[in-house]
Amino acid sequence: MALLEIKNLQVRVEEREILHGLTLTIDEGKVHAIMGPNGSGKSTLSHVIAGKPGYEVTGGEILFKGEDLLAMEPDERAAKGVFLAFQYPVEIPGVATMTFLRTALNAQRKARGEEEYSTPDFLKKVREISKQLNIPGDMLKRGVNVGFSGGEKKRNEVLQMALFQPSLCILDEMDSGLDIDALRIAADGVNALRSPERSMIVITHYQRLLNYIVPDVVHVMSKGRVVKSGGKELALELEASGYAQFEDAA
Amino acid sequence: MNVALVKNDSGPAASSVFAAAQGRLPGTGKVADIRREAFAAFERTGLPHRRIEEWKYTDLRALVREVLPLAGAPDAAALARARSAIASVAIEGAAKLVLVDGVVAAELSDLAALPSGVTVRTLRAVLEEQGNEARGDLLLTKASDPMLSLNAALATDGVVVTVADGTQLSSPVQLIHVATAGKAARYSRSHLRVGHGARATLVETSIAAEGATAYQANDAAVISVGDEAQLSHIRLMRDAAEAVNVSSELFTVGARSKLSLFNMTSGGAVSRLQAFFTLAGEASELIVNGVNLLRDKQHGDMTLVVDHAVPGCTSRENFRAVLDDRAHSVFQGRIIVRQDAQQTDGKMMTRALLLSDEAEADSKPELEIFADDVSCGHGATAGALDDSLLFYLRARGLPEKQAQALLIQAFVGEAIEAIEDDGLRERVIAAAEHWLESRA
Repeated sequence: MALLEIKNLQVRVEEREILHGLTLTIDEGKVHAIMGPNGSGKSTLSHVIAGKPGYEVTGGEILFKGEDLLAMEPDERAAKGVFLAFQYPVEIPGVATMTFLRTALNAQRKARGEEEYSTPDFLKKVREISKQLNIPGDMLKRGVNVGFSGGEKKRNEVLQMALFQPSLCILDEMDSGLDIDALRIAADGVNALRSPERSMIVITHYQRLLNYIVPDVVHVMSKGRVVKSGGKELALELEASGYAQFEDAA
Repeated sequence: MNVALVKNDSGPAASSVFAAAQGRLPGTGKVADIRREAFAAFERTGLPHRRIEEWKYTDLRALVREVLPLAGAPDAAALARARSAIASVAIEGAAKLVLVDGVVAAELSDLAALPSGVTVRTLRAVLEEQGNEARGDLLLTKASDPMLSLNAALATDGVVVTVADGTQLSSPVQLIHVATAGKAARYSRSHLRVGHGARATLVETSIAAEGATAYQANDAAVISVGDEAQLSHIRLMRDAAEAVNVSSELFTVGARSKLSLFNMTSGGAVSRLQAFFTLAGEASELIVNGVNLLRDKQHGDMTLVVDHAVPGCTSRENFRAVLDDRAHSVFQGRIIVRQDAQQTDGKMMTRALLLSDEAEADSKPELEIFADDVSCGHGATAGALDDSLLFYLRARGLPEKQAQALLIQAFVGEAIEAIEDDGLRERVIAAAEHWLESRA
């Protein structure tokens, strides 16, 4: 069954059309990889799904669990289960990571009409997850991402994923800025979250990441459209032949 | 602007206010002479205006227009209203000194239950004492300023507090100014002496009782911190929405001492804290943090003059303004380093967060350095909330207002975190949160 249905999506940024009628269906419990050259619109797509301001949707629609996602505020989307793991997670000085996590989790629960977590329950949960992800306790006391290395920032994104338990995770270029060891830790964290109740969109430029997070489906994007879809072998094919063949197809 | 006309409007009114107040002002003879001279000094400029450099951004002649008559001595009803207003700011375990409309209210204060080593008298009692004319010095200060002169002329009361040498106070002393008057003015002047090796915390609060509206407050504090002493002075200014508050504080710091001042202004239509610091003993540390939380058409000004008179002292000034609607915040910071004051380390930073296109922040840092081996610097920024941070928080489920509030809290937190006492810091954080929650 489809979790996310994107139909003929057209998006502009400052008068320039980036997505020209993109159609994509993400199935429940599946990991979809989206590959494509720079400028093909991969990050734009992730931003539009998450609700980042500055993008003008001029046509098409996005249905999430059958609901009109584009009509929702970014925080409503988060509460419904959309999670964007940022390519470059921002640093927020003065907001302790723990405070941020608790505020965000409880805001989502409140929006869903669920009871807020008590402090001991919350702490226990965060400690469990951070132990699995090898995140030291003092990192959680610091400002959000302040002074974190690239790998620590990505692990912090995975921690949030594990804490919020979203039904759709969008990983935007998760491998950028990571060495192999950092990539493996982050990927292990992501793999641990794979489940029949959770779908993922793994956006990446390189095949490398897909060695660690093995997708069920691979889509190729070029010039603002999905131009080809296939199984995981498609990624290997791309690695060998490059994106040039699709530039013309688009 | 027709300055002459405005002056004609305010001039005679101010002198009639002074004349009418005569019967209420403590002190005769030399004390009365000092008051007359101080009033004459005020009259030479009248209410300060934009052409007086120090008042360039806070033109009282335009903002305030007139000098209001002195508030009457508080009656039983006023004291009762003051009592209920105090309840919300009283700190458990702190000795309270309460001034109502500029007059010490003994019945609301803990004058009889002061910690050992602390003595308190009222300014009125000191000035009225027989043969005590020399104490007219209590009305004199090194700094000259029209509003300070007006304060000297009209100060009706205040507290004169001494913390004896070596006294280590474990709980704060609380100075609470309560306004109960409508359209009237108060003038208070207090003194605090922290003795050699003593340690104290002074929490000063300005609040309005029910019914207090467009009052004018002019409070002065003269504070000396002895050698090897420590003073933490925290001010929380929550005046009525239509009120005017001009506060002047004058500090002298001895050697190897530490003075920390924190001010947060969220109330009042027009407010200004002007603080003058003289670092008079070597190897001392001055830390000043200020926060303005302003909205509507509020005007808030923090003006600091730090005088490094001797070598080897450190000063840090850190100011944060959060401005909504058409609010206007002013920061002026002057650091003077005298010729002898080598190895001075003085820095100031001022940052404004503009939540509306119509808000205004003015910053005027000034360095006057006469020594050659110093490290001094200043910085200033003004801007809106960072959209990328806002989106990150919203993408994690925080509704817009809550995301903004978290970022604003972090922004002012950089100044609030300087408060060392956990309980007081939490109290200030709660006050800032309260302001944020009341944003529409």
